[in-house]
Amino acid sequence: MSETKLQIQNLSLYYGTHQVLKNICLDVLSHEILGIIGPASSGKTSLLRALNRLNDDVPKFRKEGEVLLEGENIYTDLPVWMVRKRIGMIFALPTPLPLSIYENVAYGPRVHGMNQKKILDKIVEETLQSAFLWDEVKDRLDHPAMRLSGGQQQRLCIARTLAVQPEVILYDEPCSGLDPISTAKVEEAMTMLKSRYTQILVTNNTKQAARVSDRTAFFLMGEMVEINKTEKIFTIPQDKRTEDYVSGRFG
Amino acid sequence: MRLNPKITEKIAFAFLFLSTLVIVVPVILITIELLKNGMSVMSWKFLTESPRMGMRAGGIFPAIVGTVYLIVLTILFALPVGILAAIYLSEYARDHWLSKIIDVAIVNLAGVPSVVYGLFGLGIFVTFLNFGTSIVAGALTLSIMSLPVIITSSREALGTIPESFRESSLALGATRWQTIRRIVIPNALPGIITGAILALSRAAGETAPILFTVAAFYLPHLPKTIFDQCMALPYHLYVLATQVPNVKAGVEYGTALVLVAMILILNLMAGAIRSHFRKKKQW
Repeated sequence: MSETKLQIQNLSLYYGTHQVLKNICLDVLSHEILGIIGPASSGKTSLLRALNRLNDDVPKFRKEGEVLLEGENIYTDLPVWMVRKRIGMIFALPTPLPLSIYENVAYGPRVHGMNQKKILDKIVEETLQSAFLWDEVKDRLDHPAMRLSGGQQQRLCIARTLAVQPEVILYDEPCSGLDPISTAKVEEAMTMLKSRYTQILVTNNTKQAARVSDRTAFFLMGEMVEINKTEKIFTIPQDKRTEDYVSGRFG
Repeated sequence: MRLNPKITEKIAFAFLFLSTLVIVVPVILITIELLKNGMSVMSWKFLTESPRMGMRAGGIFPAIVGTVYLIVLTILFALPVGILAAIYLSEYARDHWLSKIIDVAIVNLAGVPSVVYGLFGLGIFVTFLNFGTSIVAGALTLSIMSLPVIITSSREALGTIPESFRESSLALGATRWQTIRRIVIPNALPGIITGAILALSRAAGETAPILFTVAAFYLPHLPKTIFDQCMALPYHLYVLATQVPNVKAGVEYGTALVLVAMILILNLMAGAIRSHFRKKKQW
């Protein structure tokens, strides 16, 4: 339970001369849900994008420091597609591909070379069940994913990410566009997925972090102010700024 | 003085409507004129026979065949190159300094007069590459002329694909090419094809680029290979109108009618493709 999955070592990120993340050191443990909270422009999303290497194509992006996935450097030891397969990402707005529900989930396995219909069928069913979407869509798998509701789309995106068998799942404010009931379903799915995946949840909703995460980190202006067990962050924070933020005095 | 909003609304409407009329009326007049004067000579023989009596009688079959050859070959040359270049520019080299220079070059190329392309084709394809005055030289010249328009319209089509599709695909571990092939191209293709066909139908009606590179004044036989000369409708029309005395007026109009009809068919194809894919579109 407590072995380290992801080691972030002295990570700094820059867009041009603007530094968005300052010397972050952070170990993410296997099978934990790590919540990351903080106000806008605190560097949370930039951190996630760096872990998925989505910043690679951003002009003038630069990083210092290293990120190790089970000891392997994700920037030098692994090809980028492998990093993204092992570290999946759920975006803030649901982003289904313009394909059917079935093909959205099968997309990942297909690009990684899986073409056997039976195995794909099995993957689609299993991952949709893990994402608590199967019962709602099992009779219309060939329908366009774009016609699903926002909450269903987001759970489809989770199923789609699960289908490539990642080890780590990154969530970038996954419920920011969802109503409370859809949010609850996504959170339920996250909790159920704990046994198999390591999850990092970036959220603007501090209550959400309090509900689902095991540990919580507080980011401010590109720095990690504090990280601790979630109940400690929300009850006896060590830093004045953390206390101000979680008690709602700013943010 | 402030005008009554009801009056300004009427004035605005009148100007907008009149401007539209200015565009539509000439098209209608051209169509009526062509039909009125051209239908008299229209017959199966006119479409399937060679010209006779110094082109004053007979049909325009060789010119139709020549234009079809030119269109088909131009599509074969220009479409793949144009689409691939557009994909490179908009998917791979987006913020590169080179692509900015190419941007400027393409916009300017689209404004170069077609007769300049004709002379360019004469210099490069006919003389330097030694294709002679031939279908292949003419089609290549038309291709070069269409490329800037094809590239520009293809890039616009690619640009309408939301960035979130690309990022979602990449985030699942797909490579950039897999993303382009499976997500970007299928969704951009209707727009790409529509733009390309419109560019090609423009090229099909051009006279200047084929003047020095392929078009024959009169050929009694059909071309046997793509290295032969051929007749072509736009040039044939030009010849009838300026070089041959005492042509029956109907022959000229009939030729123009056939040319316009062929271009119309191309444009209708573009429209059909677009509406077919729009029905299937999922976003």
